[in-house]
Amino acid sequence: MSNKPIAIELKKITKTFGKVVANKDVDLTVYEGEILSILGENGSGKTTLMNMISGIYYPDSGQIFVKGREVSIQSPNDAFALKIGMIHQHFKLVDIFTAAENIALGINDGKKFDLKRISADIEKINTKYGFNIDLNKKIYEMSVSEKQTVEIVKVLYRGADILILDEPTAVLTPQETQRLFGILRKMKEDGKSVVIITHKLHEVMSISDRVSVLRKGEYVGTIPTSEADESTLTSMMVGKKISLDIERSEPVNPVDRLVVENINCTNREGVKLLDNVSFTVRSGEILGIAGISGSGQRELLEAIAGLQKLDSGKIIYHNVQTGKEDNLRDKTPVQIRELGIRLSFVPEDRLGMGLVGNMDIVDNMMLRSYKKGKSVFLQKKEPKSLAEKIIKDLEVVTPSSSTPVRRLSGGNVQKVLVGREIAASPTVLMAAYPVRGLDINSSYLIYNLLNEQKEKGVAVVFVGEDLDVLIDLCDRIMVIGGGKINGVVDARTTTKEEIGLMMVKAKGGNADE
Amino acid sequence: MITTIALFLKQAIIQGIPLLYGSTGEIITEKSGNLNLGIPGIMYIGGISGIIGGYLYEFSGAELNPVLLVLIPLLSSIIGSVAMSLIYCVLTVTLKANQNVTGLALTTFGVGVGNFFGGSLSSILGEGGTISLIETGKAYKQTLPFAQDLGLFGEVFLSFGFLAYASIIIAILASIFLNKTRKGMNLRAVGENPATADAAGINVTANKYIATCVGGAIAGLGGLYFVMDYVGGAWTNNGFGDRGWLAIALVIFALWRPHTSILGSILFGGLYIVYLYIPGLSRSSQEIFKMLPYVVTILVLIITSVRKKREHQPPQSLGLSYFREER
Repeated sequence: MSNKPIAIELKKITKTFGKVVANKDVDLTVYEGEILSILGENGSGKTTLMNMISGIYYPDSGQIFVKGREVSIQSPNDAFALKIGMIHQHFKLVDIFTAAENIALGINDGKKFDLKRISADIEKINTKYGFNIDLNKKIYEMSVSEKQTVEIVKVLYRGADILILDEPTAVLTPQETQRLFGILRKMKEDGKSVVIITHKLHEVMSISDRVSVLRKGEYVGTIPTSEADESTLTSMMVGKKISLDIERSEPVNPVDRLVVENINCTNREGVKLLDNVSFTVRSGEILGIAGISGSGQRELLEAIAGLQKLDSGKIIYHNVQTGKEDNLRDKTPVQIRELGIRLSFVPEDRLGMGLVGNMDIVDNMMLRSYKKGKSVFLQKKEPKSLAEKIIKDLEVVTPSSSTPVRRLSGGNVQKVLVGREIAASPTVLMAAYPVRGLDINSSYLIYNLLNEQKEKGVAVVFVGEDLDVLIDLCDRIMVIGGGKINGVVDARTTTKEEIGLMMVKAKGGNADE
Repeated sequence: MITTIALFLKQAIIQGIPLLYGSTGEIITEKSGNLNLGIPGIMYIGGISGIIGGYLYEFSGAELNPVLLVLIPLLSSIIGSVAMSLIYCVLTVTLKANQNVTGLALTTFGVGVGNFFGGSLSSILGEGGTISLIETGKAYKQTLPFAQDLGLFGEVFLSFGFLAYASIIIAILASIFLNKTRKGMNLRAVGENPATADAAGINVTANKYIATCVGGAIAGLGGLYFVMDYVGGAWTNNGFGDRGWLAIALVIFALWRPHTSILGSILFGGLYIVYLYIPGLSRSSQEIFKMLPYVVTILVLIITSVRKKREHQPPQSLGLSYFREER
């Protein structure tokens, strides 16, 4: 390996966004004519690191060397000049332009602007690597795979020698993935360097020459793929278990509260978001949901909350008081409430779905109880005392209860939201990433609140990304991957490696050929 | 009959020219993703700046040169419009203020400034009432010398001042620029998807500034045409009326294509004055006829929304500010 010339070398790269450290002292080496995988969990800083090579972000400190020369990449143009091209996860294409126009965009080669000549040049690249795209087709008429092809051709047309692909297979079918890998291998034979960001282990094993692993923004190490196996990579990815000292009580007398049976859901493009998902949520316990983000967690919670339409399946709620069983499927949130079911939902997008940023804490309390009002005028007394109580009990740092929520810090926003949801004394409490972006103290406060609810007999669903937290907080952990349940484990006996492997290993053949 | 129709066509063209300037300017602006609702105000400013420039020259006591009679108001008009556009750019592009609010404020401001200076200029003259720049007006109304000899054809098509022809040439050039050139494609990309344009190495800020200023200057010429050629070198308060809004409606009608707005402007111009040609209308029913251009615009909006053809939609990021370091 080391006899190959070095294409890119990163030394001690650090990048922070506000207080969040996205990358810390990361070193990385990419050789010419190799395929390097960058592996890491969500939020491990893979994309940020690559964005610094492609000129989207600028590092706070550290050095970047391209072909042995130290460079400063301040804009995408600088990256192009260094023959670096990145294919972003969210395609950067203009929808109403044709493929050819998109490929030609932003290039000024000094020659007359003639799309026919440019198209002829592009066709040469197509023939060389075996791409099959219609250059006169508009992007909005294209499939995801075609769009990705346009992105790759765009980068090649600009003469890139170093290609960075950010989770290129996330949106592809297995056949399309195989075709993509074929093309990447051709590029490698051509002497180009390919960097591929992924968290699918089997793809790492099948395509790459070496794997570099990042964890929580830090560089863990690089090993040749030939010496790697799935379990070593997983333990590099998830790291050693860190004990968090979260007090966890034994579930008291758990009974089935919510039984989800074979639910299915597809998006507009026909991609399965939830694939035959079945599980049970019990009262008095915390069910953790682990998985790479975007594996269907959001759809799952929204389906239960009555916000996501399902193709088939049942969501049965067991009402303890009446002994009735209600099917929540295809019911709106209001209908669910009218059934007397107290369902609380702390969504991932706090200021988008949970709270209204420009309204103050009191008004945000009222969002949940607006049906209670009898007169045309607002009755602020009750929500105001609730707001004051939440501010006091949860130690929300705010000038007053009439401060717009958007002016609070992330942790305080979350406390307001969780406080409001708990105040509704729910029987089922669902929280998606409730500690994301929160500092340690706020996080513990949230964990304690969830534990309190559990001890009160509430069925708690906790979607998390930090495996240490999931293992220490939850009673059972369900692992979801690609819209399927990959398994349910006992949080008291499982290990990080076990969950990590279940997360990245798609079960049942889908995308795993 | 033929003569009536021909003369109606001539009037329609005359009414259409300020609209064509306004819509060409607004199309170029909107293609950069800036929804400049300040265009009506900018057209007022384009007019009053021309009047001020013309007034300072015509009443300076110097011997009047016909070329300068045209050039001085033209340059003052452009300076006035570009200054307005720059205010818009600084607020919306650099400071990321809301585009709708900024635009509407500029319109209110522009109309007010226009009427204020229009009013004070006449009081400086000591005459009260309207200002009259007879010589400047004449220079702007100068037609081809042989136009009179060509009968009806000459009357309908060759009886205008140079700004009328310039409006059509500018619209055609704008279409060619947007659709056939590299810079035009870059500009469209900025309006559609600034993040993509940015990643492709296109300077988003510069494109927005330049497009908005050039667009504003073109729109301002519509105001200049109105005061110099249509009115003949005079300012009356609120004389320009709602033509600025009509120009913005024309942008939608023309589906963001300057060459389509050439014919669209004549149609709108015709609809705007058709009430004069229908005998026996009361004052209130006249106003109903004046709505026709807006009715047509709403129909176009309904039809294009139903057909959902992506090419007929406004630029995708129209009205949105672009932040780069957003995660």
